[in-house]
Amino acid sequence: MSRWFPWLQAAPLALVLACFLLVPIGLIVVVSFYDYDSFSLIPDFVLTNYREVFASPVTWQTYLKTVWFAGLTWLVTLALGFWLAYYLAFVVQDATWRMVLFVLCTVPFWTSNLIRMIAWVPFLGRNGILNNALVGAGVIEQPLEFLLFSDFAVILAFVHLYTLFMVVPIFNTMMRIDRRLLEAARDAGAGFWQTLWCVILPLCKPGIGIGSIFVVVLVMGDFATVRLMSGGQSASVGLMISNQIGLMQYPAAAANAVVLLAMVLLLVAAMLRVIDIRKEL
Amino acid sequence: MTEQTKPAALTRRGALALAGATMGSGAITGFPTLWAQNIRNVTLRQIGTGVSGLNPIAEQVKKDLGFTLQLTVTDTDAVAQRAATQARSFDIADIEYFSIKKVYPTGALQPIDTSRIKLADKIVPIFTTGRLTPDSAAGQGTSPFSVGFVESRDAKAFAGKRTELMTLMPTVYNADTLGIRPDLVGRPITHWKDLLDPAFKGRASILNIPGIGIMDAAMVAESAGILKYGDKGNMTRAEIDKTIAFLIEAKRAGQFRAFWKTFDESVNLMASGEVVIQSMWSPAVTAVRSRGIPCVYQPLAEGYRAWGSGLGLMRHLSGLELDAAYEYMNWYLSGWCGAFLNRQGYYSAVLETAKANMSENEWGYWMEGKPATADILAPDGKVMEKAGAVRDGGSFQERMGKVVCWNSVMNEDRYMIQKWNEFIAA
Repeated sequence: MSRWFPWLQAAPLALVLACFLLVPIGLIVVVSFYDYDSFSLIPDFVLTNYREVFASPVTWQTYLKTVWFAGLTWLVTLALGFWLAYYLAFVVQDATWRMVLFVLCTVPFWTSNLIRMIAWVPFLGRNGILNNALVGAGVIEQPLEFLLFSDFAVILAFVHLYTLFMVVPIFNTMMRIDRRLLEAARDAGAGFWQTLWCVILPLCKPGIGIGSIFVVVLVMGDFATVRLMSGGQSASVGLMISNQIGLMQYPAAAANAVVLLAMVLLLVAAMLRVIDIRKEL
Repeated sequence: MTEQTKPAALTRRGALALAGATMGSGAITGFPTLWAQNIRNVTLRQIGTGVSGLNPIAEQVKKDLGFTLQLTVTDTDAVAQRAATQARSFDIADIEYFSIKKVYPTGALQPIDTSRIKLADKIVPIFTTGRLTPDSAAGQGTSPFSVGFVESRDAKAFAGKRTELMTLMPTVYNADTLGIRPDLVGRPITHWKDLLDPAFKGRASILNIPGIGIMDAAMVAESAGILKYGDKGNMTRAEIDKTIAFLIEAKRAGQFRAFWKTFDESVNLMASGEVVIQSMWSPAVTAVRSRGIPCVYQPLAEGYRAWGSGLGLMRHLSGLELDAAYEYMNWYLSGWCGAFLNRQGYYSAVLETAKANMSENEWGYWMEGKPATADILAPDGKVMEKAGAVRDGGSFQERMGKVVCWNSVMNEDRYMIQKWNEFIAA
């Protein structure tokens, strides 16, 4: 009996995951082999959907673009997130202040995603606040067009949205670093950069790993940000899937979803090989 | 977002539907009009676009008919998608005719018995004969008439002629053209090809709903002399390739500022000055103008691209709820609603009842192309147009008479959408 006990304890979660995660994913895989016309799904086993994914240069472009978005966002959020976390963990000494500043980091999440994105328009637009201010100050003559409805705008919105996902885990690992290690480093003659590189950074790796997984997975699956901030000028895999669903091309969307899922899983697996996030847990 | 009720519990609605079904099937006889009291408890769930999913209509339904109309508003593609895949999550689809070409054959809707629509014979002939007047042209594309009727209850193919069974009861339609900012374009706009004028580089937009966007693109391409279509509403693969190629070329040259998908996006693009010339819908022009920003719905030499939508009954509706739905459709044509929609710049399906509900000045301005004799008020009472104003494009006959194509679903639909995605991703 006692041998079965752990299994019983894990059963409810396993059951929930099986019902609401594995079965739907299994269905998506099944549907991705279906045929379709403009009216309905035709249960079948065809490879056309995958052939269309891999044979079309546009899909390749879109996948590359998505990876490019994810990579760039990852770099910027990592740079920003690391220093924000560093400031919170090591520079701010007072616990209350630390709390207040931490809460400030969550400000972007106080309104709905959609409203935040729409709010960028009057700020970044051709006649927006930023352009008017810059023109008024004499810095530029013509309004900067690239600020809105461009890849710049997409990356900006991603960074704005996801930096917090980087800050939190890195901050968490930093707070666990034994301060005596830093003192020891200083006593042993290490300067600021050497301490950072040889002590803090290696000990933050699990946090960076978790943050990276969050950011990369979120960006890879995004469709709303890309559509609204690029004004429909750029495409991401998520947007492509959403377009296909909108046009009732479910098998094509399912095939793309399967490919995207495989890609994201590979990326996450690669990250887990480099960084052991279990140290964090 | 969704308003589905829990499937397990037998809700009040469910019970009513059951009761209605039994009565409808004739199992209970002897008390014929008892349900007239119960109808107050009915809730009809309607899904549609922002075009006619308007709260004042639901409020007036409650007032005039007693039952509740629950509205869900989403975009054109999403309406079609939900109608085809989650047909039971609502009762009435307020859907476009070109979408119905895809959705009706899935069996999600039941046909409408025209003998139960009192004013069926008064509906504008565009819907019943395919022509505005006996000698006008039919227009290319998925015209409402071509998908408006079926032969039998279980038919999946469209009749292509008038029968007793309608797929949709027409509610609202319009002739679309380009919207411009007269203060910013700096020259008269006369042709669809003006969208491609290098002077508007980075300040033009086109809508990103493939079935509609491709038609605007075709109007532009034909106007610019890039290619001549056999039938814009049913392009060949070669025609699609060429159309998309010219769109990609224009996109790479930086002609477009953005692509829009919903009504409000188009309003914001225009009102903020990000865009000065773009595909637009009539009330979006009104919305920009009501902010005090000049905006014109520019009539163009080549004519208009038109669309129409209507109410469809979902297959599962029966009994009391079906009766309520027919009441609602009859009410829709009875005047108040027509006047309400005409005042937004759309056209209603039965004109004479709408006329009776509009003032002479309103009718003259909106429908006859006459200068307004007094201020034209928006439905919320704000002044929309000052006395003396004339509607862009003129009268109903002038505008609907110049329709050259309808929003479409083509035979090469799958290919077209694939190519359209290439354009967006390019």
